[in-house]
Amino acid sequence: MKKNLLISLKLTLVMIVLCAVLYPLLIAGIGKATPGGGKGETVSVNGKIVGYEKIGQKFTDDKYFWGRPSAVDYNAAGSAGSNKGPSNPDYLQTVKDRIDSFLVHNPGIKKEEIPAEMVTASGSGLDPDISPAGAYIQVKRIAAVRNLPEEKIKALVEGHIQKPLAGILGPLKVNVLKLNIALDTQK
Amino acid sequence: MNSEILGVVITFLVTVLLAYPLGKYIAKVFKGERTLTDFMNPVEKFFFRVCGINPHETMNWKQFLKAMLTINMLWLVYAFFLLIFQHKLPLNPDGNPGQTPDLAFNTAISFLVNCNLQHYSGESGLTYFTQLFVITFLQFVSAATGIAALVAVFNGLKEKTTQNLGNFWVIFTKSITRVLLPLCIIAAIFLAFNGSPTSYDGKDNLVTLQGDSVQVSRGPAAGMIAIKHLGTNGGGWFGANSAHPLENPNYFTNMLEMVIQVLIPIALIFALGFYINRRKLSKVIFGVMTIGLLCLLIPTIISEINGSPAIEKLGVLQSTGAMEGKEVRFGPAASGYWSIVTTIISTGSVNSMHDSSMPMSGMMQLLGMMINAFYGGCGVGILNYLIYLIIAVFIAGLMVGRTPEFMGHKVEAREVKIAALVMLLSAFLVKTFTALAAYMVAHHPDIAWQVKPGAWLNNPSYHGFSEMLYEFTSSNANNGSGFEGLGDNNIFWNVTTGIVLILARFLPIIGPVAIIGLLAKKKFVPESPGTLRTDSWTFGMMTFAVIVVFNALSFFPALALGPLAEYFSMY
Repeated sequence: MKKNLLISLKLTLVMIVLCAVLYPLLIAGIGKATPGGGKGETVSVNGKIVGYEKIGQKFTDDKYFWGRPSAVDYNAAGSAGSNKGPSNPDYLQTVKDRIDSFLVHNPGIKKEEIPAEMVTASGSGLDPDISPAGAYIQVKRIAAVRNLPEEKIKALVEGHIQKPLAGILGPLKVNVLKLNIALDTQK
Repeated sequence: MNSEILGVVITFLVTVLLAYPLGKYIAKVFKGERTLTDFMNPVEKFFFRVCGINPHETMNWKQFLKAMLTINMLWLVYAFFLLIFQHKLPLNPDGNPGQTPDLAFNTAISFLVNCNLQHYSGESGLTYFTQLFVITFLQFVSAATGIAALVAVFNGLKEKTTQNLGNFWVIFTKSITRVLLPLCIIAAIFLAFNGSPTSYDGKDNLVTLQGDSVQVSRGPAAGMIAIKHLGTNGGGWFGANSAHPLENPNYFTNMLEMVIQVLIPIALIFALGFYINRRKLSKVIFGVMTIGLLCLLIPTIISEINGSPAIEKLGVLQSTGAMEGKEVRFGPAASGYWSIVTTIISTGSVNSMHDSSMPMSGMMQLLGMMINAFYGGCGVGILNYLIYLIIAVFIAGLMVGRTPEFMGHKVEAREVKIAALVMLLSAFLVKTFTALAAYMVAHHPDIAWQVKPGAWLNNPSYHGFSEMLYEFTSSNANNGSGFEGLGDNNIFWNVTTGIVLILARFLPIIGPVAIIGLLAKKKFVPESPGTLRTDSWTFGMMTFAVIVVFNALSFFPALALGPLAEYFSMY
């Protein structure tokens, strides 16, 4: 018993050094060579950091493409989903309200055209992407607000569709922040 | 949609293709044969010398378990105190507070037992110090404990008659230096280059394009994300776990994380065959487990891709399937696949919120954890399967009227009793505690606790019941995922799940190791034409039937009150 305890103590110390000190330090060292230097990749406009490429941010202004609803209001220091069950009546009412609000802000759009992801909350509350359909459906509104031709905005969306992995694996997506930054440069 | 199905199929194929050679390698490592990682030999020798370990010492099953339990209890005390006093320790750039004693009790046990149930949120509930010195550390050593217990069983099965199950300290150390650490370094590098943070910097402050001020949590996460999957641990660096864009940045990392969490469990099945030289047995076990996986996986993916009937009624387009709680970059197929692999093995990390899954998927996730032996967690999956197998041997023996035998040893009353007790334990723990929680919610919703039972549930009705059932099923399976709507950071949930966790970890390890220890001591009975062959497909199906019948009898009533009732109310 005493022998076991003594070995346990020493082996624990050895493993702490190996797994909790050396291993993370090694990865941190290697991480310095990555694109974001291990601190996360940021996106800048005119030299000013406006966000992290992979972390979604809140867009409520009609002149920007919106991202998905977020259960934590895009709080990047407290990620979470809504955890609402599919049969919860309050939740279904929330989705209904989101649909109504979407229709008010996007005149000329029919309910059947709204993709579900635009009215349901993401898993992290920080989803940086929407589907191509989710972007196309906002083109009309943005064109009207910005006084730009619809065709031009549509082409912009098209240029921002990210292909699946290796061209064949996984869904198509559009990064909302990058799309909006490009949108700001349109005249 | 086809590119999503293809993504899932490729992920599974890659996993199996990598697991086979890895299994061969693991068998070699523990047999002491020459391997690529022999450069670690001097390092290990140094460790043994420093720690006073005699690597040539052999252990019988009791000595083996004593060594294992001693070091585990030490880790429990160590983790508990670090979590309570984390605010006084270094590496806390965000100034997060210490954990309350009941939360620290739960967290320490949860990570000790390879479960990683989290009643806190990573961004605010831990410091970088405890993320590394408690969480990451326990993720390594708890996985190595599971592997060590399994290798003890391998040793018992390998010899005709033996008392020697190997040296716990040696097997444990090699599990880390030869298996977990090298694989983690590779995986962490991939994660880092795809955007998971690695630096020790604290939160970042910035102003968004639209002009909002936000804070962004970061930290040295990549290394932890690697071990949380390779060690089938599952606890997230961030609150949203692998749904978080920094914890799982893109479809490639999603595939990577799905592959590496199943990798070691499948590799260990192949390692069994190589180690005891019975490859056919490995193949049959792998086959049975894969059939089990498919039975749970296919209905899940179909129901997620088809979307929610309730959302359908609201009239919007569900071309991308059920999206509540899911991320666009993964889509419903990969999210469904993840939700099943993470529950059949005991990872419990999530890339979508299980609480928002369709009722059919929720039921499959629950079943995956209830059975807990289709691949299963690092090491312990096969141990759980062994329990079902012993029961199947016993029943088959009764059916043909022969004394049951397993691997040339007579299975007698003592072994069957241990197996039956371990098997019944899970049903007992899950149902008793769920009933207790449901009773509190129904009859004492207003007790003056910090969080009143009436406020525990985030969803009403059947789904609310499922939240409680899921929490205890997950604790019992040492899984760690949750229907996270449950308000679980309070004394009731912290203490009850803590108790379930520790019982459901160590008894199902002690049971199989004891059974094999007892069997291996017995006289070897050579195979004869009358022997029931445990490596035949017929016997594999027999084991599968035992798994199905036992779990159906144990859990059907509970499932009927939760996900099944919800399913029929929606469709």
